Amino acid sequence: MPTINALLFCVAALLATSMIAVALIRWKGATQLTYGATLLLTATAAALAAGRLFGDAATPLTVTLPLGLPWLGALFRLDALSAFFLLVINLGAAAASLYGLGYGRHEHAPHRVLPFFPAFLAGMNLVILADDAFCFLLSWEFMSLASWALVMAHHRIDDNARAGYVYIIMASFGTMALLLAFGLLAGPDGDYAFAAMREAAPAPWLAALVLILALLGAGSKAGLVPLHAWLPLAHPAAPSHVSALMSGVMTKVAIYGFIRITFDLLGTPAWWWGVIVLIIGGVTAVLGVLYALMQNDLKRILAYSTIENIGFIFVGLGLALAFAANNMAGAAALALTAALFHVFNHTLFKSLLFFGAGAVLTATGERDMEKLGGLIHRMPMTALFVLVGCVAISALPPFNGFVSEWLTLQAILLSLGLPQWGLKIAVPAIGGLLALAATLAAACFVRLYGIAFLGRPRSAVAANATDVDLWSRASMGVFAALCLVAGILPGFVIDGLAPVTQYMVGAHMPAQASVPWLSIVPIAESRSSYNGILVFIFITFSALLAVAVIHRLASRAVRRAPAWDCGFPDASPALQYTASGFGQPLRRVFGAMIFHAREEVEMPPPGDTSPARLQVSLRDVIWDALYAPLANLVLFLAGHLNRLQFLTIRRYLGLVFFSLVSLLVVLALWP
Amino acid sequence: MEGLVFDIAHLLAGSLVLVSFMMLYQDRLYSLLNVFAFHAVVLSLSVAWQAYIQDAPHLYVTAVIALIFKAIIIPLSLHRIIARLGIHREIETVVGVGPTMLAGMGLVALSLVVMLRATAEADPLAREDLAFALSVLLLGLLMMVTRRNAVSQVVGFMSLENGLILAAAGAKGMPLVVEISVAFSVLIAFIVIGIFLFRIRERFDTVDVQTLDRFRGEKR
Repeated sequence: MPTINALLFCVAALLATSMIAVALIRWKGATQLTYGATLLLTATAAALAAGRLFGDAATPLTVTLPLGLPWLGALFRLDALSAFFLLVINLGAAAASLYGLGYGRHEHAPHRVLPFFPAFLAGMNLVILADDAFCFLLSWEFMSLASWALVMAHHRIDDNARAGYVYIIMASFGTMALLLAFGLLAGPDGDYAFAAMREAAPAPWLAALVLILALLGAGSKAGLVPLHAWLPLAHPAAPSHVSALMSGVMTKVAIYGFIRITFDLLGTPAWWWGVIVLIIGGVTAVLGVLYALMQNDLKRILAYSTIENIGFIFVGLGLALAFAANNMAGAAALALTAALFHVFNHTLFKSLLFFGAGAVLTATGERDMEKLGGLIHRMPMTALFVLVGCVAISALPPFNGFVSEWLTLQAILLSLGLPQWGLKIAVPAIGGLLALAATLAAACFVRLYGIAFLGRPRSAVAANATDVDLWSRASMGVFAALCLVAGILPGFVIDGLAPVTQYMVGAHMPAQASVPWLSIVPIAESRSSYNGILVFIFITFSALLAVAVIHRLASRAVRRAPAWDCGFPDASPALQYTASGFGQPLRRVFGAMIFHAREEVEMPPPGDTSPARLQVSLRDVIWDALYAPLANLVLFLAGHLNRLQFLTIRRYLGLVFFSLVSLLVVLALWP
Repeated sequence: MEGLVFDIAHLLAGSLVLVSFMMLYQDRLYSLLNVFAFHAVVLSLSVAWQAYIQDAPHLYVTAVIALIFKAIIIPLSLHRIIARLGIHREIETVVGVGPTMLAGMGLVALSLVVMLRATAEADPLAREDLAFALSVLLLGLLMMVTRRNAVSQVVGFMSLENGLILAAAGAKGMPLVVEISVAFSVLIAFIVIGIFLFRIRERFDTVDVQTLDRFRGEKR
């Protein structure tokens, strides 16, 4: 059986699982059954996709089913790009299912999660496989609605209903933008098959319009600034393994949509497309991580950090567009490889971190960092895995995050060869933004890990936490190990991406597996090279050496002495750094301008013994400037249109009559 | 022969439009019903003529259905309803006769302009037929908008359906199934609206739809 048929069977089986979950919802074993089935199916799909990617990826497979539009049918296609994204998605989905086997037991409303979980996975797989606009949009909307239902799973918790509301509005907006983009691509003949869109070369202004619409549509799903507002609300609201899916996997589907439209369907890019994508990506990266630094909620920090990583990926894509427009295929391949590598990495470590946040949530019931602390002693395994995730997302060697960000910066260094001055000036500036974002991300995750896992517990629940079940730990462990493997053996990932870049930009990076000592050499040995294994061995040895030296030279005896006994004999946990305190310097430097951060000290009047209070107020400028006026406008219009609900029968008839007559008049006057 | 065929079809369809105009200025319910019955008779003649010239025997069935249901059964039942409700003396004045007739003429002109341009390549008989059918349809809608009494709104709705059937008969090769379904939909609509009328009557003692609006707390 061809791989694509097997994949479609997996999707059909996922949909069937969803139905079975509905039927068996009252049964006690439904949770295990559902997650077991999705684990099996997505692992199979991931293996199939990987086999295709590392096998014969260059020849696309197609299949047509008699569904969808009657004259078109439902077209599906499996090429190198979709094989890569299917691998990423099903890998993330399999890990989330494994995690769900344990995490799902604590779910108090399983009937709100189980039926939608497999449906969500099926929707994402179908988006990647679709080969016509109708099928693509249908699956896209199916995916959005399924994930919306999952966001609303705990709808009675404060703010979740609002999160779902904002999410569904933004999702509809994104789908509308994509619908218009495909409408423009299909042209006046209305041929919605992707094959026909590839053949047709749209006029430059039309192509630019499609690019903008694709940025709006895919960007609103991926979380590009300023369309990100829903993401930090919706992602944390879902159950943690679904948060991992939404942040780690669904944003990748959006990136797939963007790549499919701009690199595949639109034809030859113009150089200034790259500038738009680069600037949006750079701004997204910096703003996302700055937002993350202002938050105290574990899952919300992770959601904002997703925005930052999406910015990184879009910078890579923008570079690839700019290089491809100037016929620098080798450089474009490098930039695209960096972006796709980061897609893979972000799925690994963001899922891992969300699993960790879910484990903390299960163990303590808290997402607020100010009430955590000292978890490294209570949850040692989780703490280790989250540490791996934090190091990886902070782009520190020898983990995978470093490699992809390093490759992105290598591609930025190649921008001096670009002929356009606009790009020559913009790209290094974007490089500066990326460097800033990477640094701030490191600070953000030092803050997250230091406050939540180190120090002493700040609340009773944190003090009494115990480590989570085996399933959850296993899924975190697998992804932590993958982070390390992808970091020390990046050459294999890069070689796996070669058919994708070959298909998208017509070139691929030099084969890395044959480079001696498992180094990677993006351009030439004389310019730069990186060897993950050497770095790993060096770090391990120097760390072990340092431990040995300290233990040899210092006393081995464990001494217990009062901590922080400098004038505070009864040191309470409240004397530790708080999350807000740790973020204060950055808030003062960046926040005053971007978030209108204001600090006020409320001093009690003389003689009053109550404590002084420091109030910090933050405002989201983008929300105030963009979303609030739009929402007000919609409310205003809705308020006035509401009168239409209360007309008399004759007026309704008159409304129909006059609209019909006016349409006929337009038809009569049309030249 | 060709010229005569065309002329008779034209004459019948044109008289359907003329009868629609006659319905517009009937302000008594009984006379409105009589004109409606005449409307249905003209329709059935027109459809029968189409059946003859298209050599399509199934259209005779449509003509008979139109004759029996629309020209006899429905007007008679509505007569009885009006008699039972005791509203045969009611006079409606929402929009004056003059403006309504002027609006109707405008609509006919509009539908001719639209249809003759839209069907430039069709055969001339079908073109004229479609233009007249659209006029009848729009006039029916106009009647529904300008009347206040529920019974005359029902009549307006059914004259609108007559326009649809005229269009369906003029287009060659339209299967019978559609026509029967159209006829039945009218019958069903009549039954539903008839029941609805009694309901209104039971509740409010009148079939003036303005009372319904007043009940909902609306201002006119």
